[in-house]
Amino acid sequence: MNNMPAILVLAPLLGAFFACLAAWIQKQLSYYIALAAMAVSCFAAVSVLTDVITSGTMQYRMAGWAPPMGIELRIDLLNAMVLVLISAIAFVNLVASVKNVEQEISDRAPSFYVMYLLFVVGLLGVTATGDLFNLYVLIEITSLTSYTLIALGDKDRAPLAALNYIFIGVIGASFYLLGVGYLYITTGSLNMADVAVILKGIQGSSAVLTAFILCILGVWIKMALFPLHVWLPNAYAFAPVGFARVVAPLMTKVMVYVMVRLMVTVFGLEYIFETLNLADAVVWLAVTAILAGAFTALFQKDLKKMLAYIIVCEIGYMVGGAWLGNSLGMTGAILHILNDGLMTFALFLAVGNIIYMRRQTAFSDLSGLFAAMPWTMAGFVLAGLSIIGVPPTCGFFSKWYLVLGAFEAGAYHFAAALIISSLVCAVLFFKVFEICFFEADSGAGDHNPAKVITEAPVSMLASLGLVSVAIIAAGIYAGTIVDTIILPFLQ
Amino acid sequence: MSDILPLIVAKYNFWLYIILMMIGLYAMIAKNNLMKKLVGMNIFQTAIILFYVSIGYKHGATIPIIQGGHGGHSAHDAVIHAADYINPLPHVLMLTAIVVSVATFGVAMALCVRIYQRYQTLEEDELRMRVSERITHE
Repeated sequence: MNNMPAILVLAPLLGAFFACLAAWIQKQLSYYIALAAMAVSCFAAVSVLTDVITSGTMQYRMAGWAPPMGIELRIDLLNAMVLVLISAIAFVNLVASVKNVEQEISDRAPSFYVMYLLFVVGLLGVTATGDLFNLYVLIEITSLTSYTLIALGDKDRAPLAALNYIFIGVIGASFYLLGVGYLYITTGSLNMADVAVILKGIQGSSAVLTAFILCILGVWIKMALFPLHVWLPNAYAFAPVGFARVVAPLMTKVMVYVMVRLMVTVFGLEYIFETLNLADAVVWLAVTAILAGAFTALFQKDLKKMLAYIIVCEIGYMVGGAWLGNSLGMTGAILHILNDGLMTFALFLAVGNIIYMRRQTAFSDLSGLFAAMPWTMAGFVLAGLSIIGVPPTCGFFSKWYLVLGAFEAGAYHFAAALIISSLVCAVLFFKVFEICFFEADSGAGDHNPAKVITEAPVSMLASLGLVSVAIIAAGIYAGTIVDTIILPFLQ
Repeated sequence: MSDILPLIVAKYNFWLYIILMMIGLYAMIAKNNLMKKLVGMNIFQTAIILFYVSIGYKHGATIPIIQGGHGGHSAHDAVIHAADYINPLPHVLMLTAIVVSVATFGVAMALCVRIYQRYQTLEEDELRMRVSERITHE
């Protein structure tokens, strides 16, 4: 039996345990253990992805118990792709953020790495599991670790932001748990594949409808779909940057994955789009989310806050695409999970570099950045263009599928929202570029500040470079990704 | 009205958990003190735990331990009717959920301590005032 799916999730878990012990011997050790654990996990994820592409869905029985009694890791094309995304981003971020962690929370560095690994365990587990209750537990592991990590940030405001996140996060997870309860009452099973088979016979049941609404509502709260997004901007803006870099691209995207999984695998698209009459309302909700996120981002005066609202806007893209009810929209939404993860990661990597050199990210502190940090800004511009949707960056292709899907479904308001938000994003990013490029560096009092290059350390730049290459590559190979991963999954 | 009453009585566990849940939600939304909000959160989670516990119950059933125990012949000889035993699975699930809710409560209280140390208050309106004061001072 191929043990890679288990290694994938267990490597960071064991790593967290040993990193915790190693901190007693020497603080620096916990970082290297974290790095090694993530490298193992990353390797396992890639090997699982290649296996799944060549030989189809992988089922791993935890401890040898057969489903539906036992807990099963079930990895098909969709979650194999998301698993690679998670483990790769978490690994690269460890390399990139070690200096940020030293600068911001040097006294707590070992606890940071332990919690970081547990956070990644949660994300990987959520993605890999084939069991509904297991999914809840892993969502809570992810959330609990993110509460603690966010609280490590800004001393004045991070604890308050984290506490607000707890209140809303608990409501979200509880709704999901309640939905699972209703599913259990009606089907008597918790295994996703098993539940899906039983649900086919009882689609008219109002208990199933309740279960569906509760589960989806819970996941929406966790993914910060407007108007349930209020916790996100503060939580992400005040988190330590080493964590913001990984939570911003991954947390919301994994929740989108959970939504897609519930829709496609558990409840079935047929049930959602033919029996229920909710799709139009949800697409409208996504339209509001896109517009509200984009326009609120316009009023922000801090780079991190602005990016946080862009995430709210991007969530609207994915939810809307998934609910359009055709395979183009779903393809766009799934492709956007990958692309948005990469783009947001690149943006936050650049923000982390800026914070490392300047400590501040208010717009007034960004002047002269192009001259001072040319490589960081090059990465930032590339990721910004990708968010706007300029080819050949990957952001263009997922948007293309989403727009095509919107036209096919006749959801012109969704297509319009996509285009308007792209324009607003263009305004947003060019505003930042303008500040960084044209306004001379006011501070420091140097004679010729524009000439002084104060670039971030090589490890951070290399990570940003790698992700920038990935953004272009994901754009160029978008067709291959769709043909080998997404379309076979949807059939 | 005469239709609703039997419905309420027959499914009283559902009504009870919804009432408890709403009490918790009300406290989380309306209370000004962070500790009270936390207590509301706990009630909210407990309501769901009670819901799960109640769905495992069957009329006239007993605890799910088979008479005769391990390796005993009686367990294999006698036919076991699932209807005679309470469904243990939801109860076992709730052990995990209880652990999760205790952990969440612990983290939340630790954050409250941090907030109190920093601002000397847990009242939300005062907190909001002091946070904004700090920003204008800087």
